[in-house]
Formats: sequence, structure tokens, C-alpha cells
Amino acid sequence: MQVRKLAAFAALPVVAALALSACGGKGGDSASSSNGVVRIGIAEPQFLTPADTNETSGSQVLAALFAPLVDYDENNKPYEVQAESITTTDNKTWTIKIKDGWTFHNGEKVTSDSYINAWNAAAYKGSSQNAYFFSQIEGYDAVAPADAKATPTAKTLSGLKKVDDTSFTVTLTAPFSDFKTMLGYTAFYPLPAAAFDSDGAVKKDFAEAPIGDGPFKMDGTWQHDAEISVTRYDAYKGTAPHISGADFKIYQQPSAEYADLLAGNDDVMKQIPTENLTTADGDLGDRFLQSPASTFQFLSFPTYDKSFANVDVRRAISMAIDRQQIVDQVFKGSQKAAYSFVSPVVAGYRDNTCGANCEYKPADAKTLYQQAGGPAKLTISYNADGGHKDWVDATCNQLKANLGVECVGQPEAKFADLLTKVQKKESVGVFRMAWVMDYPSMEDYLGPLYTTKGSSNYYGYSNPDFDKLVQDGREAKTSDEAIAKWQQAEDILAKDMPVMPLRFGQNSYGISTKVKNVEIDLYNRVNLTKIEYVG
Amino acid sequence: MFRYIVRRLLQGVLTFFGATLIVFALMFAGGGDPIQALAGEKPVTPQQRAALTEQFHLNAGFFQRYLYFLKDLFTGNLTTYTGRSVFDSIGDALVLTGKIALIALLFAMIVGVSFGIIAALRRGGVFDNTTLVLTLVVIGIPSIVLAPLAQYLFAIKWKIFPVIYTPDQPWTSLILPGLVLGSLSLATAMRLTRASFGDNLRADYVRTATSKGLKQGRVIGVHVLRNSLIPIVTFLGVELGNLMGGAIITESVFNVPGVGFKLYKAIGLDDGPTVVSIVSLLVVIYIVANLIVDVLYAVLDPRIRYE
Repeated sequence: MQVRKLAAFAALPVVAALALSACGGKGGDSASSSNGVVRIGIAEPQFLTPADTNETSGSQVLAALFAPLVDYDENNKPYEVQAESITTTDNKTWTIKIKDGWTFHNGEKVTSDSYINAWNAAAYKGSSQNAYFFSQIEGYDAVAPADAKATPTAKTLSGLKKVDDTSFTVTLTAPFSDFKTMLGYTAFYPLPAAAFDSDGAVKKDFAEAPIGDGPFKMDGTWQHDAEISVTRYDAYKGTAPHISGADFKIYQQPSAEYADLLAGNDDVMKQIPTENLTTADGDLGDRFLQSPASTFQFLSFPTYDKSFANVDVRRAISMAIDRQQIVDQVFKGSQKAAYSFVSPVVAGYRDNTCGANCEYKPADAKTLYQQAGGPAKLTISYNADGGHKDWVDATCNQLKANLGVECVGQPEAKFADLLTKVQKKESVGVFRMAWVMDYPSMEDYLGPLYTTKGSSNYYGYSNPDFDKLVQDGREAKTSDEAIAKWQQAEDILAKDMPVMPLRFGQNSYGISTKVKNVEIDLYNRVNLTKIEYVG
Repeated sequence: MFRYIVRRLLQGVLTFFGATLIVFALMFAGGGDPIQALAGEKPVTPQQRAALTEQFHLNAGFFQRYLYFLKDLFTGNLTTYTGRSVFDSIGDALVLTGKIALIALLFAMIVGVSFGIIAALRRGGVFDNTTLVLTLVVIGIPSIVLAPLAQYLFAIKWKIFPVIYTPDQPWTSLILPGLVLGSLSLATAMRLTRASFGDNLRADYVRTATSKGLKQGRVIGVHVLRNSLIPIVTFLGVELGNLMGGAIITESVFNVPGVGFKLYKAIGLDDGPTVVSIVSLLVVIYIVANLIVDVLYAVLDPRIRYE
């Protein structure tokens, strides 16, 4: 009997193969948009809670579900959204009044407690990804002791005080003139009472279907690795969006999303990968768009490496790099050559603050390099998992040709491995770094990247004058005064050259024929209130 | 036979523990910094580091961590570093990869074996030569070329199949990735069938069967085919394991969040619990596939006995 089955098995081949391919025939272009639902491609978010979300995919979804206290206008200045007013007299104690009558998607009222509880939970133990945003608020040390082993002596930040249901005050440990700007970040969204368990921590399954106060509410739950759907929240009190909903389609690879965009199954692709940029113009025509982004790419000189101790060596290396050529040839114009130490997207940015030190002058660079006695062999370390090989090799080739030195690109498997080496003060040569801002302020570049205690100052740059100017700016009375101080600070960087600016990022995005008015903001998020569906 | 299967399954349990221990040791020895990997290029504060270290016992010794892993594995509490249940995550992936592997295997089995038989029967004919060239071409093209090419031609240009996997079309959108994956095994399956079938066609017992007046169909369908299937079954059994774990490229081209892709992503994030769980699962699949192959030997060839 077994034998007969096997014989039959051998006989039915072609029929089955035909039947299989026939089922696929109709599948070509289903799942088309209707009723003004746009499809936006994202990657699988790491988290979907305001306290932990800091990558673009998660913050795109949260931007649909939550209303921020402030958003940014075309000059990247903050304006109130959920906040009625944000006022201060001394930049230290801030009074935040919120608009009355707003509700969460579950009907709960948005009150000052919604903010206070959310922020306390995010700051507790300092363990959430975004906890450091609350470190400037009074009482953070008690909630999240610097010694990680110690038990917190308080559960709530003493600097957060409720005045009434629609207003509360925030007291900072030191004056900070740009605190209002900071409040637009994901970390500062409110949470409904339904989000917390009895200990005041955010429930574990909250992220599966977050309840926010924004223009859209969840439609179902987070379909991991597949899709997150949101529909318009009709009781939303802010500017109503034009679209009735959005499907955030989760793609594992940008190339897969690009194929789907070309096939018309995706409406907005927020970042087209470099390998597709050469054909994007032809593939998409005027549906291929660009907008500024906040990314800043640079090479840094570790201060523990004595071969870069002489500032002239650093200047010469910087002058030997033709930034524009790399932008054109490696990045196909998708990034911009950088000649300043802060991104053009922040108020107070000035063109070309790096001046002569970033100008491409190969002959002068070589003379300067030889006079300063620069090392005969240069190394550029980078993480191999981020697609940096091409530009690092191109940069090395320029250095070889222009300075007459040996130069090699040194890959490390991951960024974490590179950091470990730098922290152990191992010889890595020059190494690549990048910065994406948290809030549009000069301070968000100068503080973390260049101050002595800056969180991302891995190269160990330290200049007391610079630190003081940045601090003075933070404590300045007005934002203009602050900017004046920070610009003076930036001028010091141009003299000291602790890093060499290379490129500023851009959002290079593609859209389908079904949408218009697609704007992508500085955080690489689609503006969901402006986008329109044309069908 | 029953005793044999039980014995093999018990061996499988031992193999499973051995494999998890080895993979766990490799992940442990590989070092890596899952906390920094989670934060990407952003700085990690000491408080965050302390909290995650405590939560996932990252500073415990090797055996302690292995025991924690086993405990979480058997109590069902195993989570990734982002807090998602590893079982949910792998469960979804396994269903998808299983579907693709099924399509691929059926395709390789049905088309590969039947084409192989035709080629062996008409050795040196047009069909034999054409398929020889075609299979050589397919074997020669790596999937990193084959998958995007098939996607471009069949989905974007001719619009026969969906471009990528979409959850709304759980089967149709998996056919193309399944066929791409299957075409690689198909080529090998076909060459194997042709060779082993061709050998058996010239065997003495075939001549005997033909001369005693059996119908051609019965000689080929029963006598030759049955004896030729042993190497093919062996190949397909091993191939099932490969299809389950090794489809990283095809899965990423067609946006299928399957096992291979999950594994690749977990390695990138130094996500030990997920990596060890997936690899252990693949070990189980290999063990079961090999057991099935061994049992099939006995079915195909009555001379093979297991005691």
C-alpha cells in the first residue's frame, strides 16, 4: 500500500505545481488604501512607551498617538500644542498650564497628574531609556541615585508640583533657558491612569496598545513585525488631521520597503537607502523628496592618543578631506557637507564656523602636517554594521593622496565594541561618531558632544572656557542671550578642533501617487496632521 | 521500531541540552554588550546599565546564567532585552518560516523528483540537456541575486505575485519566496534523482522485472523509484533543517519576519536568550527531521530494520 501511494505521489507533479502558481495570480495588488488611510513604512519599534522610545520608528507611532506639550514651527522654535502656556521668571521654576477638556482615547481627562505620574515613572531608578531627560529636575538624585546599587530614597520627583488639575510647576536643579524646547520630546508625553499598575509603574502590556491623547488612537494592537494601525480620534481637541487613519507597515529591510513603494503598496518611505539613491530619481521622479534632518556625522580625535595632541595635526587632517566629493560620490547628494559643529536645523546655527580648518586645501594641509610632525600611519575606526565602509575608505584614500601617509579603515563589529576600545584607551586612531539631536537647540549638540562631562564625549575633549560658556548659555535670561553664548562656545571648537565635522543628514524620502503634502520633520517623522490622501 | 523511535527521542533530549549549553557558551564567550546594543549609538547611563544588568543577571557567572536561562525557558518567562516574550516572537516567526519551508520543500520534491525522473528516462535528450543547463545556472546563482531578481520580474514587472509578504495574504504572498528558496533545493534534488534513477534503471532487477513482462509504468513507478528515493529522502530531510534556519536573505528580500531574520537581528543586538532559543529550536527540528528520514529508510527499503 505504501508503494502505491509513492507511485501516485510521483505522478501528480505538474498539476500541483500549476495549481500552486495559479493561486498567486490574483494576489498582485490587493490591500489598496481606502477612506484616506495612508501607509507609512517603519522598522519594528524597540518600545512603544514614551519613557523608552528614542528611535525613529517608535517615535513615529507615538507621534500619532500622543499630543506633545510643544511642537516646532518652521524655524524650529517651540509653540504650544497640549500646553496652554509655559512660563518662567528665572528659567529655574517653570509653570506649565495645559489646555482644559482634552481626553485620552479611553475617555479619561488629561490633567496635570497625567504628566506628573508619567514623568515620575520614567525617572524612577533612572532605568528607562529616556530617564536622563528628567535628570535636570529637582529630586532626580533621590529617585535615581547616581550609585546604581543604592536604593532610591523617593518615588517621586520633588521638583514636580501639582497646582490644580490643569497646571503644575517644574523646578530644575539649575536654570535652563531652553527647557521649553526640550518638552517637545517623546519622553514628555502624558499617560492616562489606566497605564499604571498599583506600584505606579507603567504596565507591561501597555506598549501593545498604548492609550494616548493624540490625533489618532490604536486600531487593534501592535502586530509585531507586521503592522501597527491607527485611526482618527474624533474627540481630539487639537488640529484635526486630513487622513482618517494610518497603517504603519513594518519592514525588516529598507530594500524590501523600496520594492513595495515602487509597486505602489507603500505610501511614504521615510528614508531611502543609499544603494537605491542612484535610481530613485528615475524610479520616482518628483515623488522623490528631501528635507533637512538633525544628524551630524563627524570624525573625532581621542585625546589620549598623543599623536593627535598637536592641534596642527588635527587641522591638517581636516583640511585634507574633500567633504563635497564624498557627499556627491558616496552619498549621491543625500547628505550635506558640514563645515560647522552644530546642525543647520537649530536656531543659532551659522554657516562655516569651522572656517579655514574645514576648507579643502590639500597642498597647505600637507605642508602643515609635515611641519607638525603628524603620524606616518592613520587609522579610521568605524562600526561595520552601519554601512560606513564606503565613506571611510573614500576618506582614507583622500588622506593617502593629500597627506602622503598610510591610511586604513579599521572596522569593529559593532558600535559598542568601538566604544569599549575607546573607553579602555586602546589605539583606535581617528574614530567615527554621529549625533542625532533630542530637541532643536544648539545646547543639545554642544552639551553632550563637547563639554567635559558630556554624555557622548567619548574622545575626552575638555576646555573649561568652553564648558563655562555652554553653562552660561543654559542660564541666560533669554534665548537670544543663550544663543550668543553658545556661538562664542562654538568658536572655541573651531580653534581647538576636537573633532572634524563631515556631514549633516537629510531625510531622502519617497512617496506614492496617493498622498500629498508629505512633510518629514527633523526627527524623521511624517507630519500626520498635514499629510493628505488623494486616492 | 517503536522502541527505536523512543530511544532516538531520548537521545534527542540529550542532544538538545548539549546544544543549548554549547550555543550558550559561545554567546557568553562572544562577549558583546547587549545594553549598549539596545541603546544603539546613544550613551547609556550607569543607572540604566545597572537596572538591565540586574534584570537579566548579566553580571552572574556562566553556569548561573545558564541555569537562569533554563529556568526561564521552562517556566515560559524568557524575554528579549526589549521585554517581549521570546516564545511569542519565535512562535510567529516559526509559523511563517514553516510555511515557506513547506512550499519550498513541496516544490523541490514534486518538480525536482519528477523532472529528475524524466531526465533519467530520456538521458541525453533535449529535456535532459535543457534542465542540466538550467539547474547548473540556478545552483550557480546565489540567493542574494536570485531573490531580488525574482521579486523584480514576477512581482514588480509582471505583477504575478505580491511584492513582499503581507499579513493580509498569509499564503499567496509567501509563494514567491517559497519558490525562490525551493528552486535552490530543487536543482540539487533533480540532479540527485536523475543520477540515482539512472543507476537503478540499469540494475539487474529492473531487467528481470521488464523481461518477466511487467508494465513499464510499474517497473519505473515501483521498482526503480522506490529504490532511488533513499538518497533523495536523505537530502530533503537535511534540507528541511537548512530551509528553517538558513533563509535569512530570502526572508529579508521579501520582508518575511521569519526565523532566519529573527536570528540575524538577535545576533546583531547581542540578544543571547533569543539566539540560544532559536538555535535550540533548530536543533530540535534537525533531530526530528533526521528521525523521520531514518524511519522512511525502513519504509522504502524493507531490508533495513531497526531494533
